[in-house]
Amino acid sequence: MSIEQSYIELYKEHHADLKKPCADVLNAGRDEAFTRFESLGFPTTRNEDYLYTDLGKAFSVDYGLNLNRLYIPVAFRCDVPSINGYLYYVVNDSFYATQQQPELPEGVIICGLNEAAQKYPELVGKYYNRQAANAKTATMAFNEAFVQDGFFMYVPKGVVLPKPVQLVDIMRADVDFMANSRNLVIIEEGAKAQLLECAHTQDPVQFLCNRVTEVFVGENASFEYYSLENTHNKTTNISSLMVKQEASSNVLINAVTLHNGLTRNNVQVDLDGENAEVMLCGMAIGDKNQQVDNFTLINHNSPHCRSHELFKYVLDDSAVGAFAGKIYVAPGAQKTEALMTNKNLCATPTAKMKAKPQLEIYADDVKCSHGATVGQLDEAALFYMRSRGISVKEAKLLLKFAFAADVIENIRIDALKDRIHLLVEKRFRGELSKCAGCVICQ
Amino acid sequence: MLTIKNLHANINGKEILRGINLQVNEGEVHAIMGPNGSGKSTLSAVLTGNPLFTVTEGEVIFNGKNLLEMAPEDRSREGIFLSFQYPVEIPGVSMTNFMRAAINEHRKYKGMDPISASDFLKLMREKKEFVELDSKLANRSVNEGFSGGEKKRNEIFQMAMLDPKLSILDETDSGLDIDALRIVASGVNKLKTDHNACIVITHYQRLLDYIKPDIVHVLYKGQIVKTAGPELALELEDRGYDWIKQEIDAQ
Repeated sequence: MSIEQSYIELYKEHHADLKKPCADVLNAGRDEAFTRFESLGFPTTRNEDYLYTDLGKAFSVDYGLNLNRLYIPVAFRCDVPSINGYLYYVVNDSFYATQQQPELPEGVIICGLNEAAQKYPELVGKYYNRQAANAKTATMAFNEAFVQDGFFMYVPKGVVLPKPVQLVDIMRADVDFMANSRNLVIIEEGAKAQLLECAHTQDPVQFLCNRVTEVFVGENASFEYYSLENTHNKTTNISSLMVKQEASSNVLINAVTLHNGLTRNNVQVDLDGENAEVMLCGMAIGDKNQQVDNFTLINHNSPHCRSHELFKYVLDDSAVGAFAGKIYVAPGAQKTEALMTNKNLCATPTAKMKAKPQLEIYADDVKCSHGATVGQLDEAALFYMRSRGISVKEAKLLLKFAFAADVIENIRIDALKDRIHLLVEKRFRGELSKCAGCVICQ
Repeated sequence: MLTIKNLHANINGKEILRGINLQVNEGEVHAIMGPNGSGKSTLSAVLTGNPLFTVTEGEVIFNGKNLLEMAPEDRSREGIFLSFQYPVEIPGVSMTNFMRAAINEHRKYKGMDPISASDFLKLMREKKEFVELDSKLANRSVNEGFSGGEKKRNEIFQMAMLDPKLSILDETDSGLDIDALRIVASGVNKLKTDHNACIVITHYQRLLDYIKPDIVHVLYKGQIVKTAGPELALELEDRGYDWIKQEIDAQ
């Protein structure tokens, strides 16, 4: 039986259970999405876009799913306690309200996606799956077919959120477990918001998290999205971030893979209005057999838009990194400015990095550049530091930290920046490889 | 303090040092001169444990310890300091973090606790004045974007911070204008005590006008071929190296 076949049977047998607790908006496209998944099948390395990451294999584990929405008790934890924001949790794929709901500015809605779809069907229906539908990937179709809940955030026109929103995702289960979670973020015209999403795993089982995040940023609106992954080695994390930007909007995306198992991040940004600007950056720290694959696409669909992309990887042991970055400049998108940089450090001869920067330009008055480098630790710098009494270990740490620092510098929330500095340093010191209460990553 | 006996070293199989013998005592300043390619920089690299070079024969004893068996960081912690001919730029590592790491590793080696933040800043401030180093440089990455003169002053600043027993200045005068040379030399002189020592590697007499050597050696083809007082440097300035080369090559 093929890997797909077991999910086809699961869906046939349980689609009614899947739909039962869910709002109409979530159910509307479910069957069609599943048909799409059936025809696509899981991507394998034979697929050009998945050359370095075999996701099909990741789905072959016999995972449990929480189709009946059972309440799973959880001990909440968070690696970034210091940012003092509006705090929310998603456990597996279920939104958990915290005891004390923070008071939000008038008109702002933050709740579970299913709850939002039931209470505000028009609002959710207007946006749900509009951006995700642009990408015809199997994992997103799979998500749409199986999604039951997730996180919803709506910031109405002109509202500025005074504090960052913090969303903590926790994978929690006693058996190998899969979650298909969905986030929907709407930042209306002239509004401003910051969102930090942290991903954790809590139990020593195999996890697969297939998450789709749709973000709509209106005219003159500003949105910062920070994602921090700190999961264990038996985790497969597939994250698809789909962003639509209107004219003169400003978006910052900063994706930090601090610790993981197998990670595939898909990012697509559509610059759909003039003068929109996006800064897309990311960092991945890998060791042991960890694998991080960032697959990004920025569509310059309008003139006078700017995109800056910066991704850095530090790979140790036998870690594998992949970066594919594509910038598409549509016909007529004149005065586009698009700069892409991908720099990678392989600290051992067995670490591997695969970089694929791409430009596809159909306009003639644009400024675009792309560059990718793969290098080793600078031997001359190492010796220089050792000659001052600094140990090899500490010298390597300083160099790795220096290498990754400019990605952290792009974080615009000071408390978060300090915290990530600290977490990255701990990570390089090997102090993050084992989280409290978890026995997976020795 | 330092005894070098019959030291041979090569790089990529090519022999550069062919039997160096040298004795440096507390309170002494030695100058090592010699034509290009004679092995001066190799000697400093070997003494500090640069992994590019392989020692094939001989021994180096530093304060009773076998130096050649030590890792570069331990040599530094034991009190050896090299002022690099070409200081290395380390983008992203601030001078402050770099120096704090170095100071704390030295302290750890001596069984001391890490230095407090206020003591560290005080020490930085104090030592910067030694070489008239701009305060702003401390916040910048190590040597990144420093001018040639700033890099050399930064080397002497690090020397002042680490307070070594034996300093090796590898062509510290190269790339310096007269003013910078004076500042660097006066920094070195201020650090001089009866209990430390200094090896000055240079091509020119000029630096030795400021840092007065007790003993001058000429290195040629990987060996010390002549040793005399400071007057030798003046003679070399006057006559060049050809007469020594002829003398040696004739033997």
